[in-house]
Order: sequence, then C-alpha cells, then structure tokens
Amino acid sequence: MSIDTAGACALIIIGVMAIVTLATRWGGIFIMDFVPINDRVQQFINAMSGSVLIALLTPLAINGDMGAKLALIATAITMLVLKKPLIAIAAGIVVAALVRQF
Amino acid sequence: MSNPQQKITPQIIYSGFKRLLPLSVFVIVFGLAFGLAASQSGLDNNSALAMSASVFAGASQFATLELWSAQMSLVPVIITVFAINARHLLMGASLYPHLAHLSKAKRYGALLLVSDANWAMSLQAINKGNQGLGLLIGGGIALWLFWVLGTLLGLYFGSAIKDPFSLGLDMVMACFLLAMVVDGKKDLRVFAIWVVAALSSLLAYWYLPTNSHVIVGALAGGTFGAIWMGKKA
Repeated sequence: MSIDTAGACALIIIGVMAIVTLATRWGGIFIMDFVPINDRVQQFINAMSGSVLIALLTPLAINGDMGAKLALIATAITMLVLKKPLIAIAAGIVVAALVRQF
Repeated sequence: MSNPQQKITPQIIYSGFKRLLPLSVFVIVFGLAFGLAASQSGLDNNSALAMSASVFAGASQFATLELWSAQMSLVPVIITVFAINARHLLMGASLYPHLAHLSKAKRYGALLLVSDANWAMSLQAINKGNQGLGLLIGGGIALWLFWVLGTLLGLYFGSAIKDPFSLGLDMVMACFLLAMVVDGKKDLRVFAIWVVAALSSLLAYWYLPTNSHVIVGALAGGTFGAIWMGKKA
C-alpha cells in the first residue's frame, strides 16, 4: 500500500508514527501486567534497535559521494574518541562541506 | 533495599522539570538539526512540527525522513519506527515495579513522554532511594518543549539555506543516526550484530523491493542478537 505524502496524507503517516511510538512507550508496562519480559526478548529488542540504524545507514554509506563517505567516517571516529554526539555530527557536516568545495 | 513509595505531586514534577533544563539546551540543537533535515526532505513545516510534537523520538523521526518520498508505503515506516523505539518497551518494563501501586491513568500518564534522558535519570534517582517520577514526567515535559522549539528554529533556518548539499547539511540525518549507533555499548557481540544487519540490509537493498532493507536488517540483527545472547543487561 502506497500513499501520497502531499498535504493531509503526510499527517496520516505522522499519526501512525505517533501511535506506534506511543505503543512502545506504554507497551512495556502493559505487557508486564501479564507476563515479565524475558531475557531473550530483551536481547532481541536491544540488538534490533541498533540494527535498524545500521540497516538504514549502510546503503547510504555505499552509494553516497566522497563527501558523504568521509563525513560518516569523521562522525564515527569523533564519536569513538570524544563520545560527544553533537561534536561528532558537526565534524561530519564540516568534512562533507569541505570535501564538496573541491 | 527498600525504596520509598514513588509519588506524583506538582512540586515533584516541577523540580524534575528544572533538573532537566540544562540538558534541554542540547535538545534544542538536536531539534534544530531535525528541522533542518526535515526542510530538505520535502516535508512541509506544519508536518515537521506536528511530527516533533506528536512522535517526540529523534532517531525514529530522522529515520522516517530518510524514507520520505512523494509516494511512500506505510509498512516500512511502521516497522522502522517500531524497531527504533522498541527500547521504550524496556524502559517501561524497568519502571514497572515503581509504578505498579499507582492508578492506571497515572501509570500510563507518567510514561507519556518517556525518552532516554528522563528515563535514565528517573531510574537512577529511584535506585538511590529518591523520588524519581518527577524527573520522568517534569523532565519529559522539559525535553518535549525544547525538542519542538528546536524543530521550529531548524525549519526557520532551513528555509533560508539555498544550497544545503554544498554545506554538507544533507548529512545531518545520517551523521545523527551514526552517532546514536556508536554511542551504545560496543563489544564483539555488538559488532557481529552490526555486520549481520549491514550485510543483510545491503542484500535486501540490491535484490528486494524499495525500503525493505530496513526491515530485513533490523530483523536479521535482532534475531542474531537473540541467538547469541549477551550478558544480562
């Protein structure tokens, strides 16, 4: 099923996003009322939440221009060294901008 | 250790609100980044603002922008948003023992604005034997306000920038998501999960329908992590 993102249809998508997110915020205590969340489910959820970001980023990194690739590398390295997200993001953007000037 | 019973009063909520204010300055900047990215993704200003106000979950909003196009299907959006925000389930579950004595309305109301920062601070306070629900609720309100405000600023600046590509601003979203990934725990198991997610998503990207790579990567990585169990969280 595919919908137009113009006008009101964008709001449908956003409404669905809001409902799904609220379900995750409320789901934890709702489920616990019936059955405790076991260890394996916890591990699945933790692994999945990182994996979805990796899955989004991999094609971007492979198909991106040199600016995009070096930006991602700069963000990763800055994050590993300084552990400050805002600085890491800024480093990535600066690198992409510099590479694209030439 | 016996904890005091967790209470919800206006004073406790207000003091939680104030405790999260310093952190909210950073939230403005993240919101600004989201507004900038949204203005480049073909999302109109009202929609972007509505998204920040109603979804209030940064990484999943950035990820949806990545999927955004003139014609889009709902299923990848649902799966992506769920997969990224599924960690909320664990946050709620971890707070369950401290909310169980409250009425249903208060219990669910308290979790309405749960996100990483206010959850972590709230649980930390509870485990130290202090009142923690003010940080959860009041802190959530502070974070929400500044997230929406930041988005508004980003949309304002975003519309004024003529050539975002040459300024590297199209990379805000990807760099944000990557920073979130690198921020987490890192060991051999996590690295193996990333490799599984990356390879499976690439294969799906090349050989399966558009945007299925997100679902495939998330499920493959999640399943792999459920088979190779890490130490107890």
